[in-house]
Formats: sequence, structure tokens, C-alpha cells
Amino acid sequence: MRIALLADVGVRSTTFAEEIGRITVFASRLCGAAVRRPLRMRRFVDEVFYLGVLSLVIICVCGLAVGAVLGLQGYNTLERFGATDALGTVVGLSLIRELGPVLTALLTTGRAGSATTAEIGTMVATEQLDGLRMMSIDPLHYVVMPKALAMVFVMPLLSALFIVCGITGGYLVGVYWGVDPGSYITSLETAVTFWDEVVGSLLKSLCFGILVGLIATYRGYFSAPTSQGVSSATTATVVQASVSILIFDYFITALWGV
Amino acid sequence: MRPNPSRDTAVGLFVLAGIGAIAYLSLQLGGVSLRPDPTIALYATFDEIGGLKTRAPVVISGVRVGEVESIDLAEDYRARVTLSVREGVELPVDSSASIVTSGVLGDRYISLQLGGEDAALEDGEEIEFVESAVILERLIGQFIHNTNIESKE
Repeated sequence: MRIALLADVGVRSTTFAEEIGRITVFASRLCGAAVRRPLRMRRFVDEVFYLGVLSLVIICVCGLAVGAVLGLQGYNTLERFGATDALGTVVGLSLIRELGPVLTALLTTGRAGSATTAEIGTMVATEQLDGLRMMSIDPLHYVVMPKALAMVFVMPLLSALFIVCGITGGYLVGVYWGVDPGSYITSLETAVTFWDEVVGSLLKSLCFGILVGLIATYRGYFSAPTSQGVSSATTATVVQASVSILIFDYFITALWGV
Repeated sequence: MRPNPSRDTAVGLFVLAGIGAIAYLSLQLGGVSLRPDPTIALYATFDEIGGLKTRAPVVISGVRVGEVESIDLAEDYRARVTLSVREGVELPVDSSASIVTSGVLGDRYISLQLGGEDAALEDGEEIEFVESAVILERLIGQFIHNTNIESKE
């Protein structure tokens, strides 16, 4: 009984290590494909449309809502100290440092990451990738690489849009409750610095973009060629990407002080 | 895959909007300016700056005219503050700078009071008359100390 438990732990750790190794190899193959000619610009632009443009609505609506909630919560708390003039600082800093990159990455995982895995997984299951190989087109280069690259590209853009929407939401709620519009903007401008906040926030969302792009394409590419395999690969993408975003967020914050 | 003009336009607009958002964050909020407004540098040396930080506003009658550029320790261990003030703001040479707080717990900023001289401060000159930050705890401490002495007498 005890031996079985030990063996179970052993199997799990080796599987985990193997998985890390395979995803690293996969990442290096993707990097190789990204610089190989032809550059597949056409495919890249199409993927930016599917992953980025179609995520715009959800990002803007969620940004406004999160900003409005932050404005309301911040206002209620700050009002106790008579410090509602600092509302801009509260809303802006929390959005730029944490909520913008993290929530954008989580939303994009659900909206675009799952779709990416399902699409590649279905191509595996219906042997479309094998068809491409028959025509001596590398599916990693033609199908997978543009998707991963587009994910990395759109994430900082979406995150910046999310933050701007959030700041607008906080502004609307704050001004409605009687915060002076001028002091909202001024406290925001005083608190935000270019290198610490803005660059840090963009780097964070870039890291999340790499993470989500890698996990989503990896899960799809190596999914079992059955309907059940595709569905479990999609679930795995959402779960693993979300968890690793939150874990990486802690380490990026701790190491870079963003 | 055939080119799709309307989709390409949508992608272009999306990328522009994203870059616009990044530009707003860096230029407007982050305070990076591509073509900076001409400013002049003024210096002021304080005994105590309290919680003054760089990029804190510099105001005249409550109107923002510049910001704190840097804070260093002078040779005599006082705080030397560099202010960058918008060019065209004519400050008489006997103007004074004081560190004030917005509200009880608010941020510190620098308020300039105009003097009466005709000559104006030039770039790189020192504001002679300064008023340091008021530290609330120190005031309370002095007050308690004084009342103790009085009650003993």
C-alpha cells in the first residue's frame, strides 16, 4: 500500500519532468519555425484577426466593468479616510501592475487559447496535419507557429486596451460619485512612472502571451486523435494556462518588482 | 488562403488601437514626452522635505506649472530639490517655495509664492526663500513637550 503510494508519486514526478522537457523542445522547434522562410505573414495576420480582433469586445467590456468595480470599491474605502482624491492612484496602479495583464491573459486563455487548442486538436484527429505533411508542408510551420506568434503579439495590445478601458470605467464611476475629475487624472499621472509601471506591465503581458501561446498550441498538437482527446486537451489548456499565469505572475512580480 | 481586405482593415485598426493605448499609457500617464515642452530648471534647498517624491507637481496658486525633477542630498546634508518649471512662467527672484500637503493624508507638492521684485529667476538659479515640510508628528511632539514644561512650572 505504502509502496504503491510512493510509486504513484514517482510516476507523477517523472511525467511532470517529461512534460516540461517536451514543452521545451516544442518551444525551441516553434522558435526555429518562426525564423524560417517563408514567413507566413498571411497566416499570421489571419490569426491576429481571430485571436485579437475577435477578443476586443470581451476585453473592452470586462475592462470597463473591472475599472468600474475598482472605482466603486476604492471610493467606498477611501471615503472613510477622506482621501477620495487618491482614487486615480488606486484604480490606475492596480490595473497597470496586476489586473490588466493577469485578467487579460485569463480572458484570452478562455476566449482564444481554448479555440486554438480545439482547432489544432481537430486537425490532428481528422488527419489534416498528416495531409499537410503529405504535401511536404510542415504543419508546425504553417498551422502552429502563426497561432503561437499571434498570441504573443496580441497579448500586450489587448492588455493595454484593457487598462485604458478600466481607467475610463473607474473615472466614470468616480466622477459620478463626486470625485473631482482633475484630481483623478492628476493622482494617476503622479503615481504612474514609465519604466516601473508601463514597461513592467507590458513585459508581464508579453510573458503571459508566450505562456498561453505555447501551452495552447502544445496541448492541441499533442492531443489524442479522438473526440475525447480534443476535449480533454482543451480543458487542459484552460486549466494549465490559468494556473501557470497566476504562478508566473507571482514570480515576475517578486523578481522584477513590477 | 485568399487575401481578405475587410479583415486586414480590422487587423490594422486593432493594431493601431493597441499601439494608441500603449502610447496613452506611456506618454500621458507615464510622463514620457517625445517633444518635451521647454522647461527651466530651478533649485531649492530644504531642511526637511517630508514625503516629497519626484514627479510631484509644482503649483502657483494651485495651478500646475511644473514638477519635481530630482531630489538629492546637498553637501551640507540638506535636501536639494530640482524643479522643472514651464518656460514662460516669470518668477520674481524673491519668490518662495514651500512644501505643502493636499489634505491631511494627501501627497506632498511644492507651492510657489510670487515675490515683488522686477528681475525674474533664470534657468539654473536657486530659489532663496524656502519653507520646509511640516511634519505632523514633530509638531505634536513639541506641543506635548511644551505643555509638560508649562505644567511643571
